[in-house]
Amino acid sequence: MKYSAFSLLRNAFSYNRKWQPAWRDPEPKKKYDVIIVGGGGHGLATAYYLAKEHGVQNIAVLEKGYIGGGNTGRNTTIVRSNYLWTEAALLYEKSMQLWEGLSQDLNYNVMYSQRGVYNLGHNLQDMREIERRVSANILNGIDAEIVGPDEIKANIPAINMSRNSRYPILGASLQRRGGIARHDAVAWGFARAADAQGVDIIQQCEVTGLKQSNGSITGVKTTRGDIMSDKVGVVVAGNASVLAAMADIRLPIESHPLQAFVSEPLKPVLDTVVMSGAVHGYISQSDKGDLVIGAGIDAYTGYGQRGSFMTIEHAMQAIIELFPRFSRVRMLRQWGGIVDICPDACPIIGKMPVTGLYFNCGWGTGGFKATPGSGWVFAHTIAHDHPHELNAPFDLARFSTGALIDEHGAAAVAH
Amino acid sequence: MNSPGNMAGSGHSQVNRLDTGGRIDRARPITFKFNGKAYPAFSGDTLASALLANGISLVSRSFKYHRPRGIMGAGGEEPNAIMQIGTGATTQPNLRATQVELFDGLAAKTTKGWPHVNFDVAALNDLFSRLFGAGFYYKTFMFPRHSGDTYEKFIRHAAGFGTAPEHPDPDHYEHCNAHCDVLIAGAGPAGLMAALAAGRTGARVIIADEQSEFGGSLLAATDLIDGKPGTEWVGDVIAELDSMPDVIRLPRSTVFGYFDHNFLGVLERRTDHLGEHIHGEARQREWRVRARQVILAQGAIERPLVFSNNDRPGIMLASAVSTFVNRYAVCPGKRAVVFTNNDRAYQTALDLHSAGAKVVIIDSRQEGAAALADRAHAASIPVMTGSFITNVRGGRRVHAVDVVHRDGNADSRIAKQLTMECDLVAVSGGWSPAVHLHSQSGGRNTWDDERLCFVPGKSVQEAVSAGSCNGTWPLDECLAEGAEAGRVAASQCGFDIASVTLPATESIEYNAIEALWRVPARKDPDRCPKQFIDYQIDTTIADVRLAIREGYRNVEHVKRYTAMGFGTDQGKLGNINGMAAIAECLGKTIPEVGTTTFRPAYTPVTFGACAGEGIGDLYEPVRKTAIHVWHANAGSPMEIVGQWHRPWYFPQDGENLHAAVARECLATRNSVGVMDASTLGKIDVQGPDAVTFLERIYTHNVGKLKIGRCTYGIMLGEDGMIMDDGVMARIGERRFYLTTTTGGAAHVLGWLELWLQTEWPELKVHLTSLTDRYSTIAVAGPHSRKVIANLGCDVDLDKDSFPFMTVRPATLAGLPVQLFRVSFSGELAFEINIDSNYALQMWQAVMAAGEEFDITP
Amino acid sequence: MLLIRCPYCGARDESEFSCGGESGISRPLNPDALSDEQWADYLFMRKNPRGAHQELWNHAQGCRRWFNVERDTVTYKIAATRPIGLKG
Repeated sequence: MKYSAFSLLRNAFSYNRKWQPAWRDPEPKKKYDVIIVGGGGHGLATAYYLAKEHGVQNIAVLEKGYIGGGNTGRNTTIVRSNYLWTEAALLYEKSMQLWEGLSQDLNYNVMYSQRGVYNLGHNLQDMREIERRVSANILNGIDAEIVGPDEIKANIPAINMSRNSRYPILGASLQRRGGIARHDAVAWGFARAADAQGVDIIQQCEVTGLKQSNGSITGVKTTRGDIMSDKVGVVVAGNASVLAAMADIRLPIESHPLQAFVSEPLKPVLDTVVMSGAVHGYISQSDKGDLVIGAGIDAYTGYGQRGSFMTIEHAMQAIIELFPRFSRVRMLRQWGGIVDICPDACPIIGKMPVTGLYFNCGWGTGGFKATPGSGWVFAHTIAHDHPHELNAPFDLARFSTGALIDEHGAAAVAH
Repeated sequence: MNSPGNMAGSGHSQVNRLDTGGRIDRARPITFKFNGKAYPAFSGDTLASALLANGISLVSRSFKYHRPRGIMGAGGEEPNAIMQIGTGATTQPNLRATQVELFDGLAAKTTKGWPHVNFDVAALNDLFSRLFGAGFYYKTFMFPRHSGDTYEKFIRHAAGFGTAPEHPDPDHYEHCNAHCDVLIAGAGPAGLMAALAAGRTGARVIIADEQSEFGGSLLAATDLIDGKPGTEWVGDVIAELDSMPDVIRLPRSTVFGYFDHNFLGVLERRTDHLGEHIHGEARQREWRVRARQVILAQGAIERPLVFSNNDRPGIMLASAVSTFVNRYAVCPGKRAVVFTNNDRAYQTALDLHSAGAKVVIIDSRQEGAAALADRAHAASIPVMTGSFITNVRGGRRVHAVDVVHRDGNADSRIAKQLTMECDLVAVSGGWSPAVHLHSQSGGRNTWDDERLCFVPGKSVQEAVSAGSCNGTWPLDECLAEGAEAGRVAASQCGFDIASVTLPATESIEYNAIEALWRVPARKDPDRCPKQFIDYQIDTTIADVRLAIREGYRNVEHVKRYTAMGFGTDQGKLGNINGMAAIAECLGKTIPEVGTTTFRPAYTPVTFGACAGEGIGDLYEPVRKTAIHVWHANAGSPMEIVGQWHRPWYFPQDGENLHAAVARECLATRNSVGVMDASTLGKIDVQGPDAVTFLERIYTHNVGKLKIGRCTYGIMLGEDGMIMDDGVMARIGERRFYLTTTTGGAAHVLGWLELWLQTEWPELKVHLTSLTDRYSTIAVAGPHSRKVIANLGCDVDLDKDSFPFMTVRPATLAGLPVQLFRVSFSGELAFEINIDSNYALQMWQAVMAAGEEFDITP
Repeated sequence: MLLIRCPYCGARDESEFSCGGESGISRPLNPDALSDEQWADYLFMRKNPRGAHQELWNHAQGCRRWFNVERDTVTYKIAATRPIGLKG
């Protein structure tokens, strides 16, 4: 059933009783052409593009819990593509372009709101980095501009522009096409659209082993029995090392807690997204009115989906530095996700040493914004058994060749 | 008998105020403003009790449908009465009226309803509500492609409750780190007994309670303890606790977070009850408590029953009604209906009866209550057993309820119905233990089929739950559990057990609670008038059913799709009914459905309190060089480099940055310039294996470096990339002096220590940071040698005896220094390294010595 | 806020420490003999286990000593801390 204002109206007359499930709840088949492990946004997007763009008929997405329950549902929903290096910038820009038509493509409103993303500069070093990054973005055809204090103040009236603050704001980079989206809707929208293409989305199905024969993947062991497939794509942010260990593969990943929190809902007070690497905080206001605030990662590795409260306290201090008037606002809820950090703050998307096994992991703190692009290139990689040119630089081999893509600066989170 | 509405004196308009009883201070009348109009109240009131005393029942509009809403609870579970308190810089958004202690002059405003809470144009949404079912926004606002912005403006217009202040916060906040043997969360009967039992052993105890007074449920109860009113017993316990030197008693303090390794956050509200802004006092204090043992005694939260129009103003939790009657001397209605599935709400009927209200009890159970039923009978309170409220009449205030008597099982079609006029419905669907902190600590919860609630499972940290937050309802058992918890916790900490006698209480016999969540309606759940689960978010039974119909079957999916539990009460009131609705819909049990995750904060915590002192000047330390004051006096703006403030440029006569820098460069090129390079990192490396160590760290052959020589050193990471650079000087056979970049200093030292301590512990090398110990003054330019000479240098400065890239111990201006001949600028240059205590003196000497060459900073 | 027992100073708040990641990674004695893949394995690849983890911590705001910590990455419970070189 197509979603529209008309369908809402029609269903209202039947007391909303004729809505169909957004996705089926199928029993796993014995064999699939492709198995995607991980029912987060990236995995569901991969399945959707595999079916839609590459005509793969027989796909399963296996999710150990509920779809969208990992980092997809735990992030601060920021979307942007202003990365420094060409490789990363083009990948995120592909994603940005997909975001811009995603609600229409999926027929599911993911509420992508292009309200602009400001990255603040607080000192000369920051401003030089901003100039460098903005110039690099422009060379790559990505919208980027440098804005001065006056424009910042005009567009973000709540911000503290005092020259006497500990980290005065000298300027910012602005990506106007950047913004925020509704995180759950991304998972659900891809799930519904993938399901419509015939993809089996199987929840409560945990992969407990990877089956191999003669160096090739043959299927997976799950809590709901063995499922066979010649191609297995693993997209399990926060658990990539655990899955890789099932195939005796070592990854250059450490999994850290990344925390965030929301305030109580407020009347609109912040119309854009504000990030600051120097004070380690980023903030936007959701359509419901909550201030959504992200902190830096915790120093230790952890799979607990929680971190240390001092990290939240630091983020709180940073936000009050930027927005002194938020001091009396109250934190409603605080949570953590698990982010897989690569040494160069870039993902790994590609083939593994086992034939037919593909990994898409290591997105660190920046995975949400990449969701559609990540799925799009990963689908290509699986379908062709060969990476798309956009993700070719992001292979595992770069850690041996040394062709790292250092995006620590653009990740904008204290590492 | 109490009678509302005939108070003498100032309370003339407090129509619902009782003339005796309660814990308010009638001798201290106060005035407050609500939506601009002044009302009388008494010291000791909350905003909620004062509103109810004044007969104000409509206090908000709901989030989505803008339905009229009244006060529902009496504490942190309140979903509706979300207020804006105060004005200007000290305004506070989103406070629950039930938790706001009144002070004279307090100004409160409703946060929903336009143009006014009594007449809200957006209430039209309610008429078209079937269009706005769960997740409707995912299905529309998509076309045409760029119209999203316009829709967004519309959506955001409806956002939020209160308004953030428009000015910086004039208040300040503080952190307090505390260690204790036993932290007790909650000072109700169980918590107080635990504090007594632990405190008497001599253990260091912190006991915190979110309310203004200790006592918890006893503040609103009529039970006798040791033959006297419960509040008197509470007073005695407080007096004893206050006599114990190692007991810290924290009222108005919420344990909001239970983190790893028994670290807990407590928010103490120190001045909010005194006024909007109390000059000089820290407004709130975040206690950061590391406890050896934790006792969770936070009590339980009553839950509503779900029936059509169960959100109308005048419908309240039974326990809240008792609280308003007994604690605040406010009777919120004159004709009340108590609707319950358990015995305890009978007490509310008795309380209402004592307050002069007419009461009827509707009990869903065929057998009704046990001992309390006899008391109700003795008070001539009519009781209808085996009956439900199915619908509520009235818009801005309940004026009647539809009541049916049930035949046989709960699901049979409803036949007989009568309509009962009333202005108050006190509802009780049983109780849910406040397992929040237990869950935050990592503990799981288990479903108890008898008590019909989740109770805390095994603790995974050093903690125990006691009293009603452990699912223990009877007062005598709560007291006993608290005492036992206090004893055990203290003995775990190594204290000898002290004797504690349990106070005498009356033991009351109760009949079992009935599993009733959603009351059957006359129409099926999709067609009947709305049955609310989450009041604040406007989640209804139909929404949950729709979510499940559409495939959102996991409890987390239902929550996220319907937004159930996303309100500022975090689902304290409604989530359990939502789980029951999911269970009903899926044909599962509630434990099979499971709970959503409990996360901090238990109740919202002020950003400022979490930030504590660490804002403004104390946000991050400022490091200044020893010569800073000279630079500042000379008018140099400061460049921020990490924590350092270092002089940026020294403008003359209104020069801008570029002009000044050009002039300074030219001076260095043509004559002599001077720079304070003290922010560079400096590391002293000593030991017999210093050469071996540095050769492994740097890309150089360090062994070949002669004493007194310098080299430019590059430090590589293991990935082969340059990590840091600087000058390495050999001071002695076994001693080196390294400089690092300003930003890299700490990292480099940590890196060196890491290798030394973990990989090569056999190397005898010692590292010392000298960054702050020594200051560096760079003198550069063709005349630099003459400037150094002018200072009265005791070593030869000519280029053969003191060549480039060498270092000499020297005496300059009578002060011992390490003098380097190194250059950052390409010009002839010297770097003076000097004890920071003498750096300013040396700088001034350099400036004097360079005057004839117009030395330029 | 973890509570970490420095083997030299005793139990202190996490805020005094910095975490150095996985411990027990020995630097190859002759890097020149290694293939790029072997070097990458030493340099970048990590066990990153879900469960018991051996890691390095530095008492950065205290005695500045590095030491070993055995910590569970799910429960965050610390089973032991010990000086470098001592086996548990």
